Amino acid sequence: MRLKLVPSDTSLDFFKLSKMTLGASALAMIASVVLFFMIGLNYGIDFKGGTTIRTDAQNPVDIVAYRAALEPLGLGDVSITQVIDPAAQLTGATSNVSQIRIEAQEGAEAATVETIKAVKNALIEVDPTMSFPQIDSVGPKVSGELIQTAVIAVVLAISAVLFYIWLRFEWQFSVGAVAALVHDVVLTIGVFSLLQIKFDLAIIAALLTIVGYSLNDTVVVFDRVRENLRKYKAKPLKDVLNQSINETLSRTVMTSVTTLIALISLFVLGGDVIHGFVFAMIWGVIVGTYSSVFVASAILLRLGVKRDWDKIDDGRAGTQFANIDA
Amino acid sequence: MLQFSFSKKLLIWAVCAIGILMAAPNLFYTSVEQSNDAEATLATGVPATPELTAIAGQWPAWMPSALVNLGLDLRGGAHLLAEVQVEDVYAERIDSYWPEVRDALRAERVTIGTIRRQDGADTDLRVRISKPEAMDTALAKVRALASPVASLSNVGATDIDVSAEGADIIVRLSEAERLATDQRTMAQSLEIIRRRVDEAGTREPTIQRQGDRRVLIQVPGIGSAEELKELIGKTAKLTFHPVLSRTSDPDTRVQSRQILLPDAQDQGLFYVLEKTATITGDHLVDAQPSFDQNNQAAISFRLNPTGGRVFGEYTASNIGQAFAIVLDEEVLSAPTIQSHIPGGSGIITGQFDVAESTKLAIQLRAGALPAKVVYLEERTIGPELGQDSIDAGALACIVAFITVLIFMVLSYGLFGVFANIALIINVGLIFGLLSMIGATLTLPGIAGIVLTIGMAVDANVLVFERIREELKGGKNPVRAIELGYERAFSAIIDANITTLIAAVILFVMGSGPVRGFAITLGLGIVTSVFTAIWVTRLVISIYMERRRPKEIEV
Repeated sequence: MRLKLVPSDTSLDFFKLSKMTLGASALAMIASVVLFFMIGLNYGIDFKGGTTIRTDAQNPVDIVAYRAALEPLGLGDVSITQVIDPAAQLTGATSNVSQIRIEAQEGAEAATVETIKAVKNALIEVDPTMSFPQIDSVGPKVSGELIQTAVIAVVLAISAVLFYIWLRFEWQFSVGAVAALVHDVVLTIGVFSLLQIKFDLAIIAALLTIVGYSLNDTVVVFDRVRENLRKYKAKPLKDVLNQSINETLSRTVMTSVTTLIALISLFVLGGDVIHGFVFAMIWGVIVGTYSSVFVASAILLRLGVKRDWDKIDDGRAGTQFANIDA
Repeated sequence: MLQFSFSKKLLIWAVCAIGILMAAPNLFYTSVEQSNDAEATLATGVPATPELTAIAGQWPAWMPSALVNLGLDLRGGAHLLAEVQVEDVYAERIDSYWPEVRDALRAERVTIGTIRRQDGADTDLRVRISKPEAMDTALAKVRALASPVASLSNVGATDIDVSAEGADIIVRLSEAERLATDQRTMAQSLEIIRRRVDEAGTREPTIQRQGDRRVLIQVPGIGSAEELKELIGKTAKLTFHPVLSRTSDPDTRVQSRQILLPDAQDQGLFYVLEKTATITGDHLVDAQPSFDQNNQAAISFRLNPTGGRVFGEYTASNIGQAFAIVLDEEVLSAPTIQSHIPGGSGIITGQFDVAESTKLAIQLRAGALPAKVVYLEERTIGPELGQDSIDAGALACIVAFITVLIFMVLSYGLFGVFANIALIINVGLIFGLLSMIGATLTLPGIAGIVLTIGMAVDANVLVFERIREELKGGKNPVRAIELGYERAFSAIIDANITTLIAAVILFVMGSGPVRGFAITLGLGIVTSVFTAIWVTRLVISIYMERRRPKEIEV
């Protein structure tokens, strides 16, 4: 008996509700943009500058006492959060880890040795068992550059992909794919604004992976569309799209599930250091799978595809340079 | 399609075998690492002790011994991004032109009158002449001192710009000379930082130049970034100056070409010194920690012959005068010269403890940094946190791996097993490649591997789903498999190239841990396509040949 996530033969109509799904996507994107401007991202020190100190102690984390100890140092904005590790909770291990963030100090690039020593001493007075397994400090100069590089990287990745798809398919496919990508990236930024998860360099890496993954999915559907367009020359585009999505549905679900299995085990067991990063990717896989069907294909349907290519060339509709054979 | 020529089969198995062989040392990380270290020690010519030989023998010499480098976030250590204040050097450079300019102008005394150096911006050399009407002559004389700068971008450029402002001649470094100076400053700084870090005996430090004026320093195993900063330490610029007077007023006005510097220990004590140093750290050939006659920690030093001669002449003609030993703009001590000191060696006292004098001796020996460094970014990762991350990452990897394996068997039966063989080889190949190219594995890099495990089956899934469709369409097994591969091919290629594009961009634009992620993701894509297209197909082909099943179920 085989495990089947999707019945062998499906003939769902993915475009019956396309007005609604496209509308919902548009709405979610607007909401994300609003959230981004209203609440904003919780930038980590990579992008904002400042210092983070990870503390680890035998006694439970006491945020109030920590705060009181740091108050007299006059460090400006200080945020203290307890770090919760789901793996530790599962095994019942005690974890008394907190993350302290101090804003970039006036006049100094990275934190000075004195500042860090003062903070350490103040905290050790509160709890002598405390150790400091991780200290990061980034100056405002570098953080500004990091933001710039990150934005360039994302834009570059999306344009490169736009170009590749245009090369391999037609421009309508390219627009559909990129719309799906922008959709995924915008929604991810929206979720990070809403949940105030720390947004640092690793999240940019996750964003680019989402771009890659979402595209992977979209391309597989499009590849089938391209093939079916050749096969069924008279079939309406909507039916061709529906058929292609149905045919690839089993694969889409399988791959999403195996990837999610891997990511969820990483989320639960991989330690809190990469939580935000893995969360972004889990979110990206879900949104990316959704968008390849409900955004990329729906837009392709609205843009239409030139169907009479084969009259001019050798019957390879929906393609420009797709002469790859196994 | 399903037939493989013998040579092709051999090639595929060879690639898999080599990959897994290269990956093997990573399974025995600690003992291989110890063995490599011991072999490296033996190679330096250290006499072989039985222990050392035994440790070296922990891993057979004929096996590949390259390991995946662990990034700082996994091994623990400190990371610094330093910026060298290259402008610091301009003042010194321009100062060094003064004797030449002075001599050139003195020769023309009759036309341009007397000359006097003026104080001005540090990067300018300002000379006032008493007969401004002869400015053109003076300018011509100074300009004649300019020498060409050897650089690729500025052909024909000279080292100084000379201009006039009223009765003052202003000499500045030209743009080309500044660039050339920056290059030299960076090369020197890099070398000196490397020497200082090496002197402390830490293992495998990374010291790299980044961009125009930055240095990236990563030292695994060091306790904290503060410790690393102390090690790189001060500029350690040592100079000896004649002392003109002592004062307790920090606002004392000094005349031109004099400087006011504080005492290193005594809070209220200041010295007025001649700005031009008699001896500089460049004359130093050796510095060692030692003790003075009162058994206080001190540093003994030795000067090179030139420095020794200058020092000897100076002490001979200034008996009874004080001279200041200045380190990084602070006066360590200002002894009075008791007698002529020939031979160019001496001792520096100050209120050091032994640890400080040892550290300072290292820094002095390694040479002064040509300019100050400012730290832009610093990160410390404790070794326990690194180990925790490795453990957590490894556990996540294993769980993800096993779950995906089970899931594949449940979904595709025997074909799932074939895909699993490919998946196992795939992970082996990733580690083999990482070891071979000496890439660095970071925590996001582990995430990349886990992600690859999830995504690697995609290519197989694409093929299997396609085979199912073909079987449903009534094709016989062999034909269905052939068509499955043929038809899934373009989707596999397109889908993976797009992800590869993202990985490459991440690699080019990213730094540190992010780059580690890009490497494993990119390698994972390449190996997963290889294993899906060649390895799984080869395994299926062997199965079909041996069993010749009438029916297959995918």
